[in-house]
Amino acid sequence: MLNDFFILMKQELVLLAILFILLIIKVGNDWSNERLLNVINALLLINVVAGFIMPAEGALFGDMFKTNGLITLEKNILNVGTLIISLQSYSWLKNHKHLSEFYMLMLSTLLGMFYMLSSGNLLMFYLGLELSSIPLAAMANFDLEKRKSSEAAIKFILSSAFSSGLLLFGVSLLYGTTGTLSFTEITPHLTNAPLQIFAFVLILAGFSFKISVVPFHFWTADVYEGSPVAVTSYLSVISKGAVLFVFVSILYTVFKPLADVWYNMLFLLSVLTIVIGNLFAIRQDNFKRFLAFSSIAQVGFILVGISGSSPLGTASVIYFVLIYIFSNLGAFGVVSIVSALTGKENISDYKAFYKTNPLLSWVLTIALFSLAGVPPTAGFFGKFFLLIAGAEQGNYVLISIAALNMVISFYYYLRIVKSIFMDPNEQPIEKLTVPWMPKLALFLCLAGIVVIGLWSTIYEYIYSLSIGL
Amino acid sequence: MNIYPYISLIPLIPFIAFVLLGLFGRKYLNTLSGIIGTFALGVSAFLSLATAYQYFFVDGKVDGVFRQMIPLKYTWLQFSSNLSIDMGILLDPLSVMMLVVVTFVSLMVHIFSLGYMKGEERFATYYSFLSLFTFSMLGLVLSSNIFQIYMFWELVGVSSFLLIGFYFEKPSAVAAAKKAFIVTRFADLGFLIGILILSFHAETLDFQTLIARLTDPQSSQLLSITTASFLGVSMLTWGLVLVFAGGAGKSAMFPLHIWLPDAMEGPTPVSALIHAATMVVAGVFLVGRLFPVFVFDGAALIVVTYVGAFSALLAAIIACTQTDIKRVLAYSTMSQIGYMMFAMGVSGKGGEEGLGYMASMFHLFTHAFFKSLLFLGAGAVIHLVHSNDMKDMGGLRKYMPITHITFLIACLAIAGIPPFAGFFSKEEILLAAFHSNKLVFFVALFTSGLTAFYMFRLYFSIFWNKETKPHSDSHGEGPISMRIPLVILGAFALLAGFAPIAKLVTPDGREIETHIDVLFSLTPVLLAITGILLALRLYKKENDIADKIATAFGGFYRSAFKKFYIDELYLFVTHKIVFNLVGKPSAWIDKNIIDGMMNKLAEGTAKVSFEIKGLQSGKVQGYALYFFLGIMGLSALFIYILN
Repeated sequence: MLNDFFILMKQELVLLAILFILLIIKVGNDWSNERLLNVINALLLINVVAGFIMPAEGALFGDMFKTNGLITLEKNILNVGTLIISLQSYSWLKNHKHLSEFYMLMLSTLLGMFYMLSSGNLLMFYLGLELSSIPLAAMANFDLEKRKSSEAAIKFILSSAFSSGLLLFGVSLLYGTTGTLSFTEITPHLTNAPLQIFAFVLILAGFSFKISVVPFHFWTADVYEGSPVAVTSYLSVISKGAVLFVFVSILYTVFKPLADVWYNMLFLLSVLTIVIGNLFAIRQDNFKRFLAFSSIAQVGFILVGISGSSPLGTASVIYFVLIYIFSNLGAFGVVSIVSALTGKENISDYKAFYKTNPLLSWVLTIALFSLAGVPPTAGFFGKFFLLIAGAEQGNYVLISIAALNMVISFYYYLRIVKSIFMDPNEQPIEKLTVPWMPKLALFLCLAGIVVIGLWSTIYEYIYSLSIGL
Repeated sequence: MNIYPYISLIPLIPFIAFVLLGLFGRKYLNTLSGIIGTFALGVSAFLSLATAYQYFFVDGKVDGVFRQMIPLKYTWLQFSSNLSIDMGILLDPLSVMMLVVVTFVSLMVHIFSLGYMKGEERFATYYSFLSLFTFSMLGLVLSSNIFQIYMFWELVGVSSFLLIGFYFEKPSAVAAAKKAFIVTRFADLGFLIGILILSFHAETLDFQTLIARLTDPQSSQLLSITTASFLGVSMLTWGLVLVFAGGAGKSAMFPLHIWLPDAMEGPTPVSALIHAATMVVAGVFLVGRLFPVFVFDGAALIVVTYVGAFSALLAAIIACTQTDIKRVLAYSTMSQIGYMMFAMGVSGKGGEEGLGYMASMFHLFTHAFFKSLLFLGAGAVIHLVHSNDMKDMGGLRKYMPITHITFLIACLAIAGIPPFAGFFSKEEILLAAFHSNKLVFFVALFTSGLTAFYMFRLYFSIFWNKETKPHSDSHGEGPISMRIPLVILGAFALLAGFAPIAKLVTPDGREIETHIDVLFSLTPVLLAITGILLALRLYKKENDIADKIATAFGGFYRSAFKKFYIDELYLFVTHKIVFNLVGKPSAWIDKNIIDGMMNKLAEGTAKVSFEIKGLQSGKVQGYALYFFLGIMGLSALFIYILN
């Protein structure tokens, strides 16, 4: 029993250990930021490696906590993403007063996400969800002297509380109609009763809020813009990825009896999300805001894949999120370096960026191409697979709208590439010297963008895990 | 020696050249990069020719039929339990012929660019892009399944974007590159959905299996795709029409042709490669690849026919009014590809009925040579006079004799004058159209007259007409590397018509008996000659050789055109009526309505995006309200209306 406990909760325990180590270092020592960052990144690397050792399958605490190959993989993906973000934020954090607090908050949210992923019960799920969102608000406020950063934090915590309240309302209604909170026991009690549908809509809204599905997305742009870049990328990649993973598994297993209902809802929401996300993205000049809206549109595509409701759907969603992490972090990485070193965050500042920073320009371009889905970058494969998964339902209206919006998204991604390479600029961003850690992170992203697409084993591995569910 | 194990090297060598030149070209190899790129392509071209030799003349044929061969195939990705994505090489007459065309023309362009792009600051980058483009095009041609072809298809789009936008200091070049990319992307979305439909119902992505399943009346897959329908049209037709839409985008068919004229902003050798012989015929290739399914369905083939015929005519009319020489060539390309398309459209599935397919491929083959020759010739001219406009040219035959002769050969070839290459292929197309669709036949006939007219208008305006003196720092015809490709392509424009395509490239792999019917050929040839003479009258002023040629045609010519004042009448008819009433409006509609529609679409999108900006007010209470409304809306919809 005790053995089980250590093996099954291995990833959570490692994270907890790191948290405690950070706490001890904070209390007892007066280390320089540089030294701290080296230690922390080493710890995070250990965390990533540990995640891959001895994957196990099983449940604990009367099915409250469960894990299996797929969940372990999802946690590993999040671990890798966190490490990359940590490396990228080097320039920003190096001069920050509250370095270890930042990491403690970040790792707490990661821990919350892990519990959420492993939850076998609505209570556990809710606990994980809250643990993964409340510290985020504090993180959004981490540019302490900037007003916008505080505004972002306040907006985030208010919206988040609002959505949690409604989610909890949905959970209680579900409990009222089924008499249980355990995932496996809820399913047989689900019928198409109006109260249950209403409960489902509330829960769906809670998820939609987290992954920025229209019309529950409004907080996204303001929070993304105001927060420090590291937090923005964490929000848009890690937090979103974790909720998407849970969303897929809950829809496919717990709410399976309501498949007809949620299929149509997803159809509606994905169309709205893709279209609105794209329309807003066209007009943005702030790079972070732009990435916020373009990531909303990306989520719309993911919903198309989810609507396929098959193992193919699960596999293509996880595969796409993996690619999305690397592509989006590639873009955010460059933005974060530029923002930390020059303070510039507008797309128009990037005119003629290529003249002064060819390497960063190429990374940014390839990342944007991958987000747009241009072959042979991984994004192309990811989107193509999502569409195939979605096409399984034979709903070509949805597929056509999605494909049409791919063209629109092409337009705005290309617009940025154009200004990087082609637009003239009197005062381009000066030549930047990038420290080795962010550089390493960028190379990791580039490698991911190339390798994940072309090396088919990765997809096949994900698919083989998805079939079992 | 068996060449097949080495086929994968044909696309791989340009790819390696791309990586090499892209990474190290600018810093270490600058002037050498041209030689490296050209040499790499030379090897590819040699391997392609060897492949073609072995396939066509040694072992491709079994029992009188050219078989499809898959020399290389491996499962790249097991997508789901019943669908796998393979990477492979498919050899059949179609792909082998394209292999030769692409590598050969690309090699010529590589050699030509050695002189043309010399001294360019980004010389190495240029060659790396050329190699990338050639790699993607070769990958497209060799693809053994529909996913692979789509991937390379998009790569072709990306690399052509890079090449068209090569002069990125010029805003017009940037705009053109973007337009070409977005418009073809727009078309590709049709292709993408088409692929999803076809592969979903056929349950495979592999070309051979897909074709076998969708043309077998007994198969369950065919039953599923024909019984499913959308808006009253079967999914099979939808799938094929959408795939064709993708092809029409790349091949610049109406109404997706608007990117082609603008794309002329790229370096001229690039136009010779992309817009003459390779990328623009990808659409024809795609229809050819899925031809058995197209024939089986029939309805989609009708779309192909009429889109092709209409594009051929429209483009020819517009070409008569253009003064930018590259734009004339661009429209002429569109017109010739229209020929290939409708030839496909009027074809049957095999035997003698397969003439259209064969003719289309034949024309693709000959067109590649004379059109790339025309573009390269135009490049040499632009190199000399530093202008694209006809008005700045004239009398250039004295300064560039080789360009002049080869250009003339190409013009004669495209006009369809025997024994030049274009004559033979155009004859077959006309014959095929004559036997199956009279309307299309007459359109084609008229267009071929127009073609002769506008091509010779171009020819006379450049090389005859008024006298212009090139700048004193003139470099004549350019270095030898620019002249050799012209001469080689000239020879092919002269001789390619004798290539035994009818024996080699047919829809069912069996050879077709062809013979030139003199009586049938008389009409188009006479029409072409009329067109040429008309151009001669109108555009070859200010010299006496014109009169000599006129006398050579004898008294009839003089009496017909001078004595009865038909000349003046013709002038009136062509200039006042044809140009003003047909040509100019067509060009105007093309520029303002068709092009404008795309612009309006983009504007509309931008406008809507501006209008809804107010929703994002920055006020959290507003956000909460929308959130709440979203929940209420969804609940109401799904509890009361849809449940």
